[in-house]
Amino acid sequence: MIRYLLGRAAQALFAMFGVMTIVFVIMRLSGDPTLLLVPEGATREQIDLLRHQLGFDRPILVQYADYLWALGRLDLGDSVVQRIAVWRIVAERNPYTLWLASVALAIAAVTGIAVGIATAVWRGTLIERTLMPVVLTGQSMPTFWSGILLILLFGVLLGWLPTSGADRWFSVIMPAVALAGVSMATFARITRTAVIEELSKDYVRAVRAKGIGQAAVVLRHVLRNAAIPIVTIAALEVANLLAGAVIVETVFAWPGMGQLAVQSIQARDFLVVQAIVLLVSAIYVSLNFVADVLYSVIDPRIKLVGGRP
Amino acid sequence: MTPGGAILAAVSRPRRWLAQPGARAVLPAALVLAGFVVVALAAPWLAPLDPARQSLLARLRRPGSAIGGVTYWLGTDELGRDLLSRIIYGARASLTVALLSVAASGTAGTALGVLAGYFRGWTEIAIMRAVDIMLSIPAILLAIITVAVLGPGFLNLIIVLGFTRWPRYTRVAYAQTLSVSTQPFITASRLAGARPPRILLRHVLPNILAPLIVVATLEFGLMVLFEAGLSFLGLGIQPPTPSWGSIMSVGRNYVGTAWWIATFPGLCLFLLVLSVNLVGDHLRDLFDPRSNIRA
Repeated sequence: MIRYLLGRAAQALFAMFGVMTIVFVIMRLSGDPTLLLVPEGATREQIDLLRHQLGFDRPILVQYADYLWALGRLDLGDSVVQRIAVWRIVAERNPYTLWLASVALAIAAVTGIAVGIATAVWRGTLIERTLMPVVLTGQSMPTFWSGILLILLFGVLLGWLPTSGADRWFSVIMPAVALAGVSMATFARITRTAVIEELSKDYVRAVRAKGIGQAAVVLRHVLRNAAIPIVTIAALEVANLLAGAVIVETVFAWPGMGQLAVQSIQARDFLVVQAIVLLVSAIYVSLNFVADVLYSVIDPRIKLVGGRP
Repeated sequence: MTPGGAILAAVSRPRRWLAQPGARAVLPAALVLAGFVVVALAAPWLAPLDPARQSLLARLRRPGSAIGGVTYWLGTDELGRDLLSRIIYGARASLTVALLSVAASGTAGTALGVLAGYFRGWTEIAIMRAVDIMLSIPAILLAIITVAVLGPGFLNLIIVLGFTRWPRYTRVAYAQTLSVSTQPFITASRLAGARPPRILLRHVLPNILAPLIVVATLEFGLMVLFEAGLSFLGLGIQPPTPSWGSIMSVGRNYVGTAWWIATFPGLCLFLLVLSVNLVGDHLRDLFDPRSNIRA
């Protein structure tokens, strides 16, 4: 168990190291990263000064080592535009995005799993024929369109919910629903596949033969065995929701990290953009790790030696 | 059935292909898709007006308004431009970007996957580790930071999408190449003196193409969404070139007064992605009902 965990942790660390490297390379794709960071209309002297201050005039390998060393100490640098530590800027917006993503995850998981079970248990009935198109719709619906439609319906037409911002406790409802769409479809698909597969197994027949009703069979036995793929998806979906928040937050003027990322690009505050990409990737990598560990906790049959179970 | 066999079966026995479950939804989806392609190709002839023509008198008019003898079937935007014409031209941007970026990422990703699967050793380790890392960065964020550095625009958009979306092809091409490479006919052609380029192009590639086409179809839908999303954020196609995403970001600002601006391009986007996904899902079921390439 410990060997397995260490192995997976090493893989996660390696992935994170790779992410940092890729971000480092991307930031230098334009040739001179100083030009990304200076405000527009800066003079040549100012650019040269900033290049020297930021150390961009040193050999690339030294810069790379320095960059890794700083990130290793969790130092994200100072914003050139706002002149305060980047982590302060990000930390201020972070809770909004986490709150939005959590509500969206709850909506997506509850509805998605319910729809998945329903379409698996009542295959070939009217229920399946009505629900599957809903799933397909959720999967193909761009969040910025469903968001705008929600604003039109509940904000403009009915006037029930605020069209933007995060001032009221119920402000989160519309962005969360818009964000949840794609995840809901993923949960439904995975749950449906898993439940259908479990329902065809011998133990289900055995349990049924004992005279146990359909509801108990599904909820107590099938769902427990179908939980592995669902839990894995849940971990990955959190990361997808965080990434999807970039667009949804822009639609709803939700003051989270996604909106911050877009604003920072417009304000040429690239260290903030870099920090957000690194942070979300770190969350993504850690959740992948957690999903792998959860695998083994939920299903003790999984062999813990070697690579991915 | 092998993927190649599935293609053959599908082509030679169309009736059986149509009997597959889900096929009833695929026909209309394929028609919708074809419709969008025709609209994009014939945009100059189909668009009733010049998509860039502004008219101060015709600003923010409702769908069906007629001003000065011109009917605006889907209404006008904040500069008095005809929304229908802009949506028709927007289909061009959407499909061109998606097609070119799928071609770029598909070619690069497939090449890397085939190399990793055929040569093994360090090539395999380097490429597949890079794939793992690329997949650890949420694609939209990777695209955003790359656009932010390179600057927005048509060509950069394709470079960015090509650069961020290759790993999925690599994974599939790698797995397929691994299994094809162990087949006797590969050994036979190697023993017959064929060199790697010939083996890879003539023997490996044709045998792994089917699942890659499925990936490309599903990726195509995703690319359409990415283009629209980045343009919506102001990081994609730049004005005055019409793109569904950028029209919608204007529409977001006028959502209280002019609902049509965001609604119609969004509807087109949704229909296009839905039909691509339906076709892609169906192709996947056809080639290999048990595989789950999307996951």
